[in-house]
Amino acid sequence: MWTHTTAFLHYGSSGTYLPVKGNTAMATVTYDKASRIYPGTERPAVDALDLQIADGEFLVLVGPSGCGKSTSLRMLAGLEDVDAGSIWVGERDVTHVQPKDRDIAMVFQSYALYPHMTVADNMGFALKIAKVEKSTIRERVEAAAKILDLTEYLDRKPKALSGGQRQRVAMGRAIVRQPQVFLMDEPLSNLDAKLRVQTRTQIAALQRRLGTTTVYVTHDQVEALTMGDRIAVLKDGVLQQVGTPREMYDTPANVFVAGFIGSPAMNLSTFRVEDGHAIVGSARVPLEREVVAKMTAADNGDVVLGFRPESLDRVAPNTPGAVPVEVNVVEELGSDAFVYGNIPAPVATGKDVTVGGSGDVIVRVDPRDVPGKGETIWVTIRPNEQHVFSASTQQRLTPHAVKTAASGAIKA
Amino acid sequence: MPHITGAADPALMELPWEIPLSAWPEDRIAALPRGLSRHVVRFVRHGANVLAVKETNREIAYREFEMLRGLERMDAPCVKAVAVVTQRRTPMGEELSAALVTEHLAFSLPYRALFSTALRKGTLNRLIDALSVLLVRLHLNGFYWGDVSLSNALFRRDASEFSAYLVDAETGELHERLTDGQRGYDVEIATTNIIGEILDLQANEDLDEGIDPFKIGERLESKYTKLWKALTETEVFDSNVPFHVSERVRHLNEMGFDVGELDMLSTPDGTGLRIRPKVVDAGFHSRRLMRLTGLDVQENQARRLLNDLDEFRAVHPDVADDEAFAAHEWLTSIFEPTVRAVPRELRGKLEPAQVFHEVLDHRWYLAEAANEDVPMPVATASYVKNVLPLRPDERAVLGRSLAEMTAELPALTDEVGTEFERRDPFENDNTYAWGEVPVPENAPPPQVQRVTTRVAPPERAPLSGELTQRRQRAEAAAAAEADDAEAAEETGF
Repeated sequence: MWTHTTAFLHYGSSGTYLPVKGNTAMATVTYDKASRIYPGTERPAVDALDLQIADGEFLVLVGPSGCGKSTSLRMLAGLEDVDAGSIWVGERDVTHVQPKDRDIAMVFQSYALYPHMTVADNMGFALKIAKVEKSTIRERVEAAAKILDLTEYLDRKPKALSGGQRQRVAMGRAIVRQPQVFLMDEPLSNLDAKLRVQTRTQIAALQRRLGTTTVYVTHDQVEALTMGDRIAVLKDGVLQQVGTPREMYDTPANVFVAGFIGSPAMNLSTFRVEDGHAIVGSARVPLEREVVAKMTAADNGDVVLGFRPESLDRVAPNTPGAVPVEVNVVEELGSDAFVYGNIPAPVATGKDVTVGGSGDVIVRVDPRDVPGKGETIWVTIRPNEQHVFSASTQQRLTPHAVKTAASGAIKA
Repeated sequence: MPHITGAADPALMELPWEIPLSAWPEDRIAALPRGLSRHVVRFVRHGANVLAVKETNREIAYREFEMLRGLERMDAPCVKAVAVVTQRRTPMGEELSAALVTEHLAFSLPYRALFSTALRKGTLNRLIDALSVLLVRLHLNGFYWGDVSLSNALFRRDASEFSAYLVDAETGELHERLTDGQRGYDVEIATTNIIGEILDLQANEDLDEGIDPFKIGERLESKYTKLWKALTETEVFDSNVPFHVSERVRHLNEMGFDVGELDMLSTPDGTGLRIRPKVVDAGFHSRRLMRLTGLDVQENQARRLLNDLDEFRAVHPDVADDEAFAAHEWLTSIFEPTVRAVPRELRGKLEPAQVFHEVLDHRWYLAEAANEDVPMPVATASYVKNVLPLRPDERAVLGRSLAEMTAELPALTDEVGTEFERRDPFENDNTYAWGEVPVPENAPPPQVQRVTTRVAPPERAPLSGELTQRRQRAEAAAAAEADDAEAAEETGF
């Protein structure tokens, strides 16, 4: 829909659109041990959240439903009280400031457009309420229109616009306010799959052009990986990890993040450790010395191993240490194919299988050589592509990042 | 088979769920008002009622349904959720959106309908007042609206005021208790939306340019703040406490609120008492009238009816001691005969209680003109003959919210292309059904290239063309004949 994307990126980098980003103050966002405890509940909905968001950064809050991501966003917006700790925008403590005085804009997925008003008036009228001068309004509207590729439509009525253009007018309403921070709460949840992919790219590109600090909430980790400069994963109101998409993918801090980030999900199971090797069926996976050293008595001699689907190689059946996988489903995605199977013989030698389903395993296979349903394939684990976690604390033991074939495609 | 959740109404099953809403047959549709929509919305005739059917995705439909039901349980003023319809499929097996079905509120008016007759500033102010009362009531119930606007509410005449009802709960959230931030933000959204709506009316010259939209926006905020304060403020008294308490309660009653619970707490130094209403319910007068007469009317109508009842007691000392007995006498000898005097064909104009209110007004004017009291039957007869027939029919005036209208403009992309015929969204615009004809826009509408299955009429040669061809054929034949004759000559015949 935005035909001139590349051109705008160029202009943006040359600074032509600086007037739109009128705020020169550093719009960082800081959660300082911020908690929200709903009246009548024991457990905090958000528990001592510590998070620094840099000026101009696109930060995605992601997690399963009920993890506290929306509550965190609304605390920043001023819609939820902060019961402990504080929230800062730049150098300013906004913990007890009313929403309208926070210089923050919630971006809605669908504003109403006023049919009898011009596109320019639709975008700018809210500034009149804020008593912004007429000439300034026109200036800001024009600048926003340029960025949104709407300049030639400014004097038309919404009726003359396509669906996508109308959506951009709605975005324009938020942009002309020139807030220090944009907030978006699952803005794509109403859209169908195809439009979602399109709009997600547009929002990310627009944010980059504007350079305005943005906090974005989603439950969809693919959205998080593709859009965010950094991702913060929450679970049960507690921040699990924050980092770039690549960091989250290559260095998940614990079993939960490992299982949550990445699609298809990482294979995770508990295995017994015998003299520096995890016992995976008939195979022995060597563990690094420092990893073994970090194990404690509470681990009971077990570790949790995680392998991405692309870290398993399909091999001949008689390969030493190969594990059989019975194919249940094959998912073909053009350049990739994934086998969803199960392992008939128990290979998880630890006490129990933790995350990733009941012994199910996902393997990336060559899309030109896809096995049939019901067939058995044999796989081995690529050396040094395992993530090791403590069986007792679930925390990461592997000290370094684990690069796989898919890592390169993910934003560093 | 579609899956219907919610309604105990088997007749719902008979609606054509296997067809996209935008293509429902004419005979089902009650009206198709002007506008654009983020969802397709249609008003559908269903027995004696009108239903609003909105296509949306499943999760949103269920969520909004639950929310409306929750609000209904709390007796909040909102439309009634009827059902959610899922698992819709066309006969070809293609999946269709889920649908949320709500009941259209009888005698309610979308704000735009009030502007198609000359709108007085007073009316606009009363709409804003009604909306601020609605917002306070919703907030007291822990409901955060998220998209307050004139177009997301419906208005019913309520004596000389209006009362407002919530229509679109899609953006709403129900909380145990709202934070000040949530309330403040809701009011801010309301202000912005209302100013936008008024500017839009002015842009279309539906509203006098002299009205200042920004003042109207401020009015909402100040009305809201005042009412919220009156209902929730903590007061501290150190003397004559019983008097102050009863004053506070009386004041709230006058505003139409019942005080269910009052929080009283000694100040830390022990010399005073803090008082804060804990549970307040709207509908003080309507509940009282309901208890006395069984009439279910709106708050200001109830106030008016109760006043008339008091007057009735004053002039009928024989029944005055017993309030319940007096109420019964008043109901059978005053209220019911008045309402029954309205002929059947005029009953779609106004609700009975509203008719009664207007007859009382009419009676006052007649009495003033005649300089003596006019009995109720005379006033009623005059009203039914001279006033009521001129009133518009308001039983089912249908309109849609602006938000709903935001996507259904004739689109310029292929996104509306379906295998079904698309109806003209303006052809049955009931918002204007009893008002004036909409003024055509100055600029010609944009030329829209739409994907449709409408088969273009075959390219037919006009009749004159046919004649021309015939003549040409005849001339050619004649020429050929002449040629033949020439050729014959040449060959010596």
